[in-house]
Formats: sequence, structure tokens, C-alpha cells
Amino acid sequence: MSDACPPPGRLVKAPEGFLSKDGIRKVFAEGRHGRRDFIRSAFAAAVAGAAAPVALGQSNPVPADGGDPNILNLPAHSTGLGQGVATDGYGKPSKFEANVQRRQSPGLTQTTQSSVSFAPLQSLFGIVTPSGLHFERHHQGWWDVDPSKHRLMVNGSDPSLLKTPMVFTMDELMRLPMVSRFHFIECGANTGMEWGNVAVPTAQYSHGMISCSEFTGVPLRVVLDLCGVDYRKARYVLGEGADGSSMTRTLPMELVESGEVLLAYGQNGEMLRPENGYPLRLVVPGVQGVSWVKYLRRIEVGDKPWATKDEAIHYIDLMPDGKHRQYSSIQECKSVVTTPSGGQVLLDKGFYNISGLAWSGRGKIRKVDVSVDGGRNWRTARLENPVLSKCLTRFNLDWVWDGKPALVQSRATDETGYVQPTFRQLRAVRGSRSIYHNNAVQTWLVQDSGEVKNVQLS
Amino acid sequence: MSSSRSLSLALTALVIAASAAAQGVAIQGIGRPATAKELVAWDIDVRPDFKGLPKGSGSVAQGMDLWEAKCASCHGVFGESNEVFSPLVGGTTKDDVKTGRVARLTDAAYPGRTTLMKVATVSTLWDYIYRAMPWNTPKSLKPDEVYALTAFLLNLGGVVADDLTLSDSNIGQVQQQLPNRLGMTTDHGMWPGKGMGNGSKPDVKAVACMSNCATEATVASYLPDHARGAHGNLAEQNRLVGAQRGADTAVTTPAKPSVPAAPADGPASAQALARKLNCLTCHGIDNKVVGPGLREVSKKYAARSDAAEYLAQKIVSGGSGVWGSVPMPPQSVPAADAKALAQWIAAGARP
Repeated sequence: MSDACPPPGRLVKAPEGFLSKDGIRKVFAEGRHGRRDFIRSAFAAAVAGAAAPVALGQSNPVPADGGDPNILNLPAHSTGLGQGVATDGYGKPSKFEANVQRRQSPGLTQTTQSSVSFAPLQSLFGIVTPSGLHFERHHQGWWDVDPSKHRLMVNGSDPSLLKTPMVFTMDELMRLPMVSRFHFIECGANTGMEWGNVAVPTAQYSHGMISCSEFTGVPLRVVLDLCGVDYRKARYVLGEGADGSSMTRTLPMELVESGEVLLAYGQNGEMLRPENGYPLRLVVPGVQGVSWVKYLRRIEVGDKPWATKDEAIHYIDLMPDGKHRQYSSIQECKSVVTTPSGGQVLLDKGFYNISGLAWSGRGKIRKVDVSVDGGRNWRTARLENPVLSKCLTRFNLDWVWDGKPALVQSRATDETGYVQPTFRQLRAVRGSRSIYHNNAVQTWLVQDSGEVKNVQLS
Repeated sequence: MSSSRSLSLALTALVIAASAAAQGVAIQGIGRPATAKELVAWDIDVRPDFKGLPKGSGSVAQGMDLWEAKCASCHGVFGESNEVFSPLVGGTTKDDVKTGRVARLTDAAYPGRTTLMKVATVSTLWDYIYRAMPWNTPKSLKPDEVYALTAFLLNLGGVVADDLTLSDSNIGQVQQQLPNRLGMTTDHGMWPGKGMGNGSKPDVKAVACMSNCATEATVASYLPDHARGAHGNLAEQNRLVGAQRGADTAVTTPAKPSVPAAPADGPASAQALARKLNCLTCHGIDNKVVGPGLREVSKKYAARSDAAEYLAQKIVSGGSGVWGSVPMPPQSVPAADAKALAQWIAAGARP
């Protein structure tokens, strides 16, 4: 198709960007008539169209001449002197790991300052996201803020809501009783491009607006106590950033009272990264990332919610009846298989470890089931320790791939008994125009070539 | 009274005094009261009931002038632009103003959703413009200017009359004209508190069937083959060792987008400067985004010997009419940077 690609040098919005103007018109027209026949036969087409298997990885045959040269000929690192300590005062990943990067989704946004970069879930192990690979979402660009000049102010919408409005330096906040906790942070729009149809090729772009870190800080409750907040009247809390957008979001006081909400300065053993809000951010476990205000400069307690831009114009969920759900905040139970996942190629038939991530904004993961036949039959995966509340949980399952097309899915259940829904179940209630809070079961099609495709089932 | 007894009494008093005691030890000497001046400087939020709204006023006509100078370059002259950000205006009708519900939100075939189709609280517009706009010089607008811009934006959407002067005294009436003022609901299970919502009851209920489950394992949606490479070569986005490799999708990789990726290591080039100063938000290297492509500019002035001086002056003072009606606002950049950029553009904007 000569007209299939967007004209060079021009960014276009996904997912329409994959289609020519005529293509877009056709899809919209077909969509309006509810006709999906033109892609219904995709399973067959995708399988038929697959290329022959390509030997991508290293095979490991017994060498004809009796030995592998990688064993027989000692390499330089076995026969020479290596590098010294502190060659690099802050160590970096191996040069062979250069492909593991956070990335923008082409055409999703027109600027880099109001944009998002996605974490490479397909290449990560365990549950902790390396800080340099943590997904980013900036509304007005990121800054590296001087901590000696950063201040936190706490006040009330009304003077009667607290005894003393106060100001704290970072030095002071870091003297307060500290806690360290592992939590996931997920953007409310994670997987948002997939509400209507498949739009992106890999787990990085479909699910990469999630990361998980060990956060260190002081419970917000401790600081509100110091200010003498009247908890009977002040049932809402506003967080406000110090950056250009001075992002604001409303939180319920119940979460603060539970001790879960942190004024965090630490991330994975070091200070927060500038892209993640250095030197101070809110940590709001279980709640969408937009509420985890970065460069936090102010906390206001109030008796009513604020309807800020990011809870009145964005981060609202459009329902089929034309109403928007406002203040939808909890990230419901969700999971995704990260290997094998979209855009990868299995090297050969045989044994594989299916691995993935599960999480819930309502507590711990109770179990994860995995299907390789598109949801007809399921096996329960192994959950790796630790299994923590409002934290990523890693699951694994043994699998022998027979070389035939397989539809790989995972389905998580959290400790409240909530089961992650399919797209069909989710759309039956919420339609397909919400953008936010898509927690549907993800399907990866392993084609007989070994190449894995992002697909959605009818 | 012995000295040891008075010391222990004093300690007891300290512990009792601190309600935020951790492990029985008082927290004291941390933080200080905020001054009235400091509170005024930072406490800028405005609630839907207009708590926090500064007094002031601004007219639609004043808003139009401000809009063209400070807003139109990103949002379009009529607030309709989606070149840089989502459109602000469009999709609402006079009927919506009457009913308080935007009818087009029920139409699945209607393509976009503008700000005026969604927003239910006029305080949200006021608060956000005041704290975060213009995008590259946030918090530079005075309250009267924010009133004027809010009035103009609502006028563009047909919500208020041309002769309106919006003020703290009539903004409550304007709230009653917002087209989607009745369009929000908190009847859902995703608010983690008691003040709103249905008490955390999920709306979607699935069951964890384990075998012979009723499901139609038919693929209904997947990426067309020509889009395989739309996100770059996936072989370069996966680890080089392990059970999988990335698929080689280089064959169908489309042309590189005009906004360049992160700069490579090395001395800051003029292109890096252009990126840092946000020039490339509106100008592609080769092609028009909002303003003309930088190489289109160098081509146009190739014959002029004073092209660099001319362009440096355009960067600092802004302009409109040369490339179209959308004005370029004056850029507050150091003179040396403007000169370096202008020389680079005049010389062909090469990397």
C-alpha cells in the first residue's frame, strides 16, 4: 500500500495514524454500522500471512569437531585483566542491554513536554522497575528542582479546618518518621489506546504506563497532625505541584487517615528521579498516577472536592449514556503477560516460562490464571514472593509451545474477589470511548512463525 | 522536688503535647507557621463554589486580543486547533446550553471531544488558565486577564454573548449556562473514600471459569501489516538475549517523525537549543507543524544577506501574516540564543 504510511515528517495521532485517509473513513464507516466482519477473519489471515520461522537466537548443537569455540578458545575476559573499581561512579547497564529503554509512542502527542514515555515491560524481571526505566508523564515538562529551595506548605480551604497552616523544608520533612513501601503507580490512561481496537504492537506501548518502586517518605497523616487538622470537617485533600502546570488533584481523607498516603522523597534506595518528581511527590497507593503529584509544593485540606482540570476535563470516563464518571481514581485489578508478548518472536518450539505482572488498587493479588487457547481453558500460575498490597505481583507458568498458533492471556483475581474482566465484559458496561481505566484481559497471538501479535478477541 | 523528678515530669508533658508522637517520642521543632504573604502567593486554587476566586473582571473583547497574542498559536484562532493540543471549542449547541447536557456525547460516531463538551464547572477553566497558562509562561496572567480569556473561550463556544464582561459577581450565572454542567456522575465504585461514589462496588463482574469456558476465541482486531513498523523496529526494542527476540519490523518503518528524539551525547548543537527552547513544538525541521518548517524558512530567505539578523529579530519580537494567520508570540530567549538559532536556521537548519 503506497498510501499506507503517514507522509514523512508529520506526526499523526494513533491509532488513526496507521491508516490512510481512505482507510480511516472506511474504519469509521464500518464501525458506525457495527460491522466487524472485515476483520473477523483476522485469526485465519494472521496465521496464513505469517512468514516462515526464522532462526533468531543461538542454536546450541553439539559441534561437529567436538567442541564449541566459545568454550575451547578462551575469551579475552578469561585471559586478561579487567577494569578497576569506580570506573563509573554511578554504574550503568551492560552495553548489550541498550535496547531496554523507555519510549514515546509515535504520533500519540505533538510535544515532548506534555507527553508520556512507556516502561519496557517486555524486558523487565521481578516487580521493581529500575528508576531510569520508570514511565514518565509530564503535563508541562520536567525539572530538576534544587531541594534546598523546595518547600511544602500545608493550609486549609478555610482557616477553621486546621490549627496552623505550616511550611516545611526538605531537611525537616526528612527528619520525620520514615517508612519504605513497595507500590505500583499506573496512569489512569494505561491501555487507553486499546479501548476501541488494537492500536499498538507491544506490551511496552499497551501496558507500559505502569511502574513499581520501593518508595520512602513520611506518612502525610504525620504532617497533617502537626498542623492540627480537624479531621471531622476536612474530608478532602488537595495536592499541588511546583512545576509549570502546578498539577492539582483531590484525594479522600480516608486514604490519608489509613496512613498509606506518603510524602515521598526516596525511590529504590536513592532520592526520586527528577522525571519522577524530585525532591518530593505524593504516593497514593492503588490510585491512578495523576494523583501522585510530583514536585509537591502544597497540601490543602478542605470540606469539598476541587474539580481541578485533571478531574473535570481529563481523567474522566465517558460512559455510553454520554455522562462522564468523575473522580474515578482506583486502579482496578489487572494483569498482563510480559513474555511472550506482542512484537517478540519465540526462538523455537519447546519449553517456555510464561511470565507476567498482576496488580490491584484494592489490595493484594489472590491468584492469576493463564490461558493459551484464548480463554477456553485456564491454569493457575505461580505467584512469586513478595505478594504485597497495591504492588506489582510477578507470576510465572511453565509452558511447552507445540509450534501451533496460541492465544495467550492472563486473568487476575484480587483479595476482594474481583476478577479481571474480558474486553467484552468491560465494554458491555462502559462502552469503548472511555480512554481511562481499561483493565481488560490482554490477548497475545503466538503465530506459527513464533512472532507474537497484539490481538483482541470478539 | 528533686531534679530527676522534674525532668521526668517535663518529658511526660512533652509526650502528651504531641498528638503525632511516633513510638512515644514527641515531634517538635519541625516546620513553622506559614505567613499570610506566603499563603497569598501559593494558595491560588479555585473551587466549583468559587471559594478562592480573586475579585476582578474581563470582557470578551479583551479576551479576544489576549487570545490572539498568547493562546492562538497552540489552540487555534477559534480554539478549534488540534495541531498541538486537543481542541477546546466545538461540538456544543444552543440546546445543550439549555439542557446542561451535551447531546453529541451520546453519539459514538462523533469524532472528538472538546473541552467545552466535557467541562461541567467554570471554576475549572478559570483555575487552570490562571495556574498553568500560557503553556511556556505559566502563572504570567493577571486575574483580570483570566476573566477575559475565560469569557472569550465561552463566547467562542456560543455559551455567552459578545458583550459579556465576566466577573466574580456574575460567574455563578455563567456556570448555569455551561453546556455540560449536568454531565458528570460520581455513581461508581472507583472513589476510595466515603464522601462520593457507591462505596467501592465494582461495576463489571467477571467469574474465574477454569475449563471449557464459554468464549469465542476469534480474533476481532489486530494491527494491519502495514502498521507493523509504525512504532519503529521492534527488534531494537527487545533484549538481545533470552527466550525471545524482537520482531524485525524495519521493512515497513515509516519516515521518521519531525520532532526529533532525545539528543545524543555531545556538545549542545543549535538543534538541541531549538529543542530546549521549545521551537520544535511548533516548527518541524522540514515541514509545517503550527508554524513553517525551519528549512522552509531558510529557503525563503536564502537570497537575503541579512537573513540571520532578520530572523533573530523575528524570534524576539514575534510576528504574523508572513506564513499564515496564526501568529508566533514573541519569544523571551536570551539574545545570544536567538542569534545562534537564527544563524543556524539561515544556514539551512542542518543537524
